[in-house]
Amino acid sequence: MGQFFARVWRKPFEGRELLRQMDEVGTKSFVLTGITGLAIGIVMAMQSRGTLVRFGAEAVLPNMLALSVIKEIGPVITALVLAGRLGAGIGAEIGSMKVTEQIDALEVAALKPFHFLVITRVLACMIMFPILTLWTDSIAVFGGYIESLMASGMDYRIFISTAFESLRFSDVIVDTGKTAVFGFIVGIVSCHLGFTVRGGTREVGQSAMRAVMGSSLLILLTDVIIVRLSLMIFGTAG
Amino acid sequence: MDQNVIISLDNIHKSFGSLDVLRGINLDVSKGESAVVMGGSGSGKSVLIKHIVGLIKADQGTIRVLDKQVEELGEDEMDELRLSIGYLFQSGALFDSMTVFENLMFFLDRHAELTSSEAKDRIVETLEWVSLPEKVGHYPAELSGGQKKRIALARAVILEPKIILYDEPTTGLDPVSVRMVSDLIVRLQEDRGITSVAITHDLLCAEIIADQVHFLHHGEILATGPLNEISQHDHPAIATFFGSETIQQN
Repeated sequence: MGQFFARVWRKPFEGRELLRQMDEVGTKSFVLTGITGLAIGIVMAMQSRGTLVRFGAEAVLPNMLALSVIKEIGPVITALVLAGRLGAGIGAEIGSMKVTEQIDALEVAALKPFHFLVITRVLACMIMFPILTLWTDSIAVFGGYIESLMASGMDYRIFISTAFESLRFSDVIVDTGKTAVFGFIVGIVSCHLGFTVRGGTREVGQSAMRAVMGSSLLILLTDVIIVRLSLMIFGTAG
Repeated sequence: MDQNVIISLDNIHKSFGSLDVLRGINLDVSKGESAVVMGGSGSGKSVLIKHIVGLIKADQGTIRVLDKQVEELGEDEMDELRLSIGYLFQSGALFDSMTVFENLMFFLDRHAELTSSEAKDRIVETLEWVSLPEKVGHYPAELSGGQKKRIALARAVILEPKIILYDEPTTGLDPVSVRMVSDLIVRLQEDRGITSVAITHDLLCAEIIADQVHFLHHGEILATGPLNEISQHDHPAIATFFGSETIQQN
């Protein structure tokens, strides 16, 4: 981690590789996170409707859904889904490069493997996690609307105005922004475990598995810390 | 020190934990020479060659390459030195997410000041030199072991280095491929004057490429000289090695 912050400012800047990694992390995750968001939105709306109807509070469903998705469920679920996809992918890719001497080949060709492999992947995760979270949140809210339309024929204008009426801009910024930290965790943990692999294919597989487990646990732990800190700083749960 | 010596290892020691891998290695390689380090598995050959290019740091001793003391170089100076050294890895170490063309272009793109068409011409020329121009769009997974080694050799020479280090260049290849790769190594030395250090336990390869053979056993160089002299050496470890290698070759 120290190496990352010491080297990220130094040349060479691997712009093309960063764009390639952003495509790898981002574009190729849109379908997965989109389906996740749709499922979250529909299921949350279905599960909550019964309870809210019992208390005569069905009208607040869009608002409750948007708040829960944007403030907590969207960022954490998106990060966990991405940790599964990217943690395993990055851990296995770098691990297999390590055991097949491809990282040494970069080193002896003066190509600075840390810049080429680690910095690009970590930055790509930090940039793309918030974007994918916004995408997941939007699809989840849309999924909630679909459920409301089918269950009660709710007009989309009413759904949207109710959904976002008590949501503050700072909620979106803080809660989406924290996924950049989750992206950093996934990137750095997976790269570290890939880089430190010794042995063969079995160890590469284990490092991929550890990357997913380590990233997921650290995301959950960090989330607790960020929520606590944001409550102290903004007076709102992050 | 001889002015012609461009690689010099002086009293190199290296241990991993309690295991002494190199124990006082002295090795000089002159400009244009093809030196071969032979020895059995676990004798420290790979560790030795990795010291020359700074992949492993010595615990003790000094290494001079092209008039630069390796252990005193900073990161950028080391990178500068590495541009004068090509390295053929045992596994080839081709980047498997890239095609053959991209593997070669990757190096040129970052280190050679060439226009796009000059770079493409050099890639075509280099692939023709290893007799594999038709593999330009293939991925490493689509190549045979011998083809991978030849493409890796093309990548090692694409930046026109002064020195090439070969880590088991012919291990795992059939005799035809061994001869083909070994002939390419000889041509590099003869046509371009490239200095080389190869580590191998392949007698046929050593026979074709070696000017000088250094026999490594348990981290020490037991003997140095032409292959025909070394192979007649009476040290039990050397006699056993050449005896078993000859049987295998037959």
